[in-house]
Amino acid sequence: MSRASVALASLGAFLAVLPLFAGNYTLSVATLILYFAYTGQAWNVMMGFAGQLSLGHALYVGVGAYAAGALFFHFGIGPWAGLWLAIALCVALGLVIGFLAFRFGISGVYFALLTIAFAEFTRIGFDHFSWTGGPGGMFLRVAQRDTWDLANFRGPPLMYYYAILFLTAAALGFCNLLLKSRAGYYWQAIRENEEAAKALGINVFRWKMAAVAVSSAMTAVSGVFFAFYYNNLFPEQIFHISRSIEIILGPIIGGLGTLFGPVLGAAILTLLSDGITEGLAAVGWEIPGIKQVFYGLVLLAVVMFLPNGIWPALARKLKL
Amino acid sequence: MSVALLEVRGISKSFRGLRAVREASFELPEGSINALIGPNGAGKTTIFNMVAGVFAPDAGEIVFAGKPIHGLRPDQVCAAGIGRTFQIVKPFAGLSVLDNVMVGALLRTKSTNPARKLANEVLERLGLGPKRGLPASSLTLPDRKRLEVARALATQPKLLLLDEVMAGLRPTECDLMVEVFRELNRSHGTTILLIEHVMRAVMALAQHIGVLHHGEVIARGAPAEIVRNPAVLECYLGEEAEV
Repeated sequence: MSRASVALASLGAFLAVLPLFAGNYTLSVATLILYFAYTGQAWNVMMGFAGQLSLGHALYVGVGAYAAGALFFHFGIGPWAGLWLAIALCVALGLVIGFLAFRFGISGVYFALLTIAFAEFTRIGFDHFSWTGGPGGMFLRVAQRDTWDLANFRGPPLMYYYAILFLTAAALGFCNLLLKSRAGYYWQAIRENEEAAKALGINVFRWKMAAVAVSSAMTAVSGVFFAFYYNNLFPEQIFHISRSIEIILGPIIGGLGTLFGPVLGAAILTLLSDGITEGLAAVGWEIPGIKQVFYGLVLLAVVMFLPNGIWPALARKLKL
Repeated sequence: MSVALLEVRGISKSFRGLRAVREASFELPEGSINALIGPNGAGKTTIFNMVAGVFAPDAGEIVFAGKPIHGLRPDQVCAAGIGRTFQIVKPFAGLSVLDNVMVGALLRTKSTNPARKLANEVLERLGLGPKRGLPASSLTLPDRKRLEVARALATQPKLLLLDEVMAGLRPTECDLMVEVFRELNRSHGTTILLIEHVMRAVMALAQHIGVLHHGEVIARGAPAEIVRNPAVLECYLGEEAEV
């Protein structure tokens, strides 16, 4: 076994037994890290692999969450069925955005603006959509938190931890396969130079659409998880552009286009955010907004000194 | 007379009123090596781009292997069997040399293992074998030109369009490249069309030469005829064209 697979297996084993000695607080932080790792991985397929910048991924989280959430709320249909509706809706939305952009040659920042626009007007749309509660939000029933009800995905925090751990591991494996397949090569070629990619026989439009479809489908799943983990959904929160930014910071800090970048980035950012809050509380600096200042400074440092992200540099150091 | 693999019939192209190419016609016999020469701005690259599908001709037809290809997209033209290089090289800078070529190889084979094997063979043929693991961004210009050729070759084209791949090469490197194309033409029967300013390469390689001036084909023929053609001498080669 290579050093990398030993390291990965150790990390997996550690995360699998973590609940044995971790308290509820640690578990919730770990769940949050894995949630961002998974969602970041999904976004990374589009930006990191295929070079298409989406600044509106909160759209897919939100639509996925509302689709599965509403089915459960109104009809008592569990997330295993809702999941497919969520994926179908998100892929359809992604393909509409992709079609508009790629068919008419909208790329780069203009594509990014289009993704923001879709997320924003979906947010406003849900604000006026009373079936899902409008701006007042939608609340999923929390009947019990003691036993694992896998059919309805209701249960203790431990169940959600293992669910998101499974999702993150599956996404990692899936993206690894993608990257090593024809799709991965074609996406990277498009990312690096579209003209050259076309000249080598790549139907750029089709492969970009494929990237959007995979990314939006994966993100839909993270929306379903979000709905059943947090149990309350507000358009103002879930579709907000700050949520989109939150999703993309991890992969950027960790390393765009790398497999472990999103995982590492999510861990660093979540721990940092928590650490700063606690650190500042310990020294008694309770100045509003100071947490964001520290957060921003760290991001600035990473972008300045490690423009390719932390993971590529770390991997070299560790000889992985 | 062998069958024409590519037939270009009276193609024209204007850019904002400027007629870059007017009613250019030529055909490339299957298995031949051809050169398109002419001064800067004569329309050589425009003709290339029309054949490669970057843009459609305003008028005229392009027929490849018996099928019209004008109006097809670049990826469709490539899939039909025409490989091209870019005058201004366009490597996939962030990928390794091998991965660059694999992208080309994946056109004809969907799985990565045979594509990797083919890519390695092509790299060996072009002398890039030892550099397969390097990122393409670290290559020197001559190596980037070779990489352009390798990538195009990996798509297994019937017709290879080479846009000034000799420019910037030293004479010995140029001769090596000439040898690569000769060998390719001999062993695979690949038809070649090159745009070239390096007359050393043109004379060594081409069986047929077309001369383009102000968007028009002013002469066509074997190298020995072209260098004696008065119109060509006047507009392009100059009086001291000793080659």
